[in-house]
Amino acid sequence: MASDRSWTDRRMDLIIGNLLRSGVLLSALVVLFGGVVYLVGHGESHTDYRVFRGEPSGLRSVGGILQDALAFNGTGIIQFGLLLLIATPVARVAFSIFGFAEEHDRLYVVVSSIVLLVLAYSLIGSMWSA
Amino acid sequence: MTVLEFSLLVWAGSVAAGFLGALTGLGGGVVLVPMLSLLLGVDIRYAIGASLVSVIATSSGAAAAYVREGFSNIRIGMFLEVATTLGALAGATLAVHISTRAISIVFGLVLIGSAFLSRRPRTKSERETPPDPFASRLRLNGSFPDVDGIRNYNVQRVPLGWTLMFGAGTLSGLLGIGSGAMKVLAMDQAMRIPFKVSTTTSNFMIGVTAAASAGVYLARGYIDPGLAMPVVLGVLAGSLLGTRVLVKAETKWLRRVFSMVIVVLGIEMLYKGLSGRI
Repeated sequence: MASDRSWTDRRMDLIIGNLLRSGVLLSALVVLFGGVVYLVGHGESHTDYRVFRGEPSGLRSVGGILQDALAFNGTGIIQFGLLLLIATPVARVAFSIFGFAEEHDRLYVVVSSIVLLVLAYSLIGSMWSA
Repeated sequence: MTVLEFSLLVWAGSVAAGFLGALTGLGGGVVLVPMLSLLLGVDIRYAIGASLVSVIATSSGAAAAYVREGFSNIRIGMFLEVATTLGALAGATLAVHISTRAISIVFGLVLIGSAFLSRRPRTKSERETPPDPFASRLRLNGSFPDVDGIRNYNVQRVPLGWTLMFGAGTLSGLLGIGSGAMKVLAMDQAMRIPFKVSTTTSNFMIGVTAAASAGVYLARGYIDPGLAMPVVLGVLAGSLLGTRVLVKAETKWLRRVFSMVIVVLGIEMLYKGLSGRI
């Protein structure tokens, strides 16, 4: 039994590792693509981050970002890549629930579900209130 | 400075941040926030937004390798994430009511003190301990590929570790940065988890803690694409380098790097508390 368990644990390590790698790779490619579009358009202009203005509303919300990215704006595409990056650890937690369920590890199905609930609560709650 | 020059400079700094972050389990904020705000004159809110993005990138990028190679312990990570995410909620609620400057000063002093504790390698008798009943029931004990072969370990003092992790989450909700240091210290010093497992499991966890607060930073307009783009790309490259080094590095050496970095973090925290900046 012991070796059996470590084998399924090992399998889960590999699947979670691959999930994280795909998420990171995908978001990096999107950010890179957006970065090229952004630099081609704005590379020669001057930066100023001394004064905080806050991002325009189009780059603050999921809906706005999608619209901006579809309009082929460099900044919108980068922001969309960042959304994929933020989603990666969330997807990892969500996947763990299924992974532990497959291992019949009820305790950790509960543990992972609590983490996902708290995560969802703080993500959704914060976007609403701000 | 033109956008292109600025992006290249931030990219280079982010490579260093990702490298150190992946090696120590601390994320890249220790390097990134002072670099952006003190050296490049970036407003602190943009700097914090960029640092948050860098933590998620370091965590996911490096964890992909650490999990696959059997360093990060997924059960320890998930079990302690319950504490850190709940703590982060508590911290965000508390932040409105209490002075974060005083907390920064205390946390800074704690970090500088802990640097001496974490430098010392554990003796053989300290390593070979019987399992804690909690750890066995929660199936936290495990093994990892040490430089001289597979090593098994037993996790100690689970309730204390869990409580400290709740504190780490609260700190990250209050201060925004520095929770990685508390995570590594709780696992290494309180739970007596081998150092490489502690740093790589912390690294696995910090992405979730950061993702929990990413929504609020995005909605408040702290996350700027022009700044985040070189940060993400640089940090990812750096963190991949960091994972290559950690796998082969002697623990003694990693402890030294870690303790140096948390002294710097401690000084940053003192500066933040005393000046009200960063």
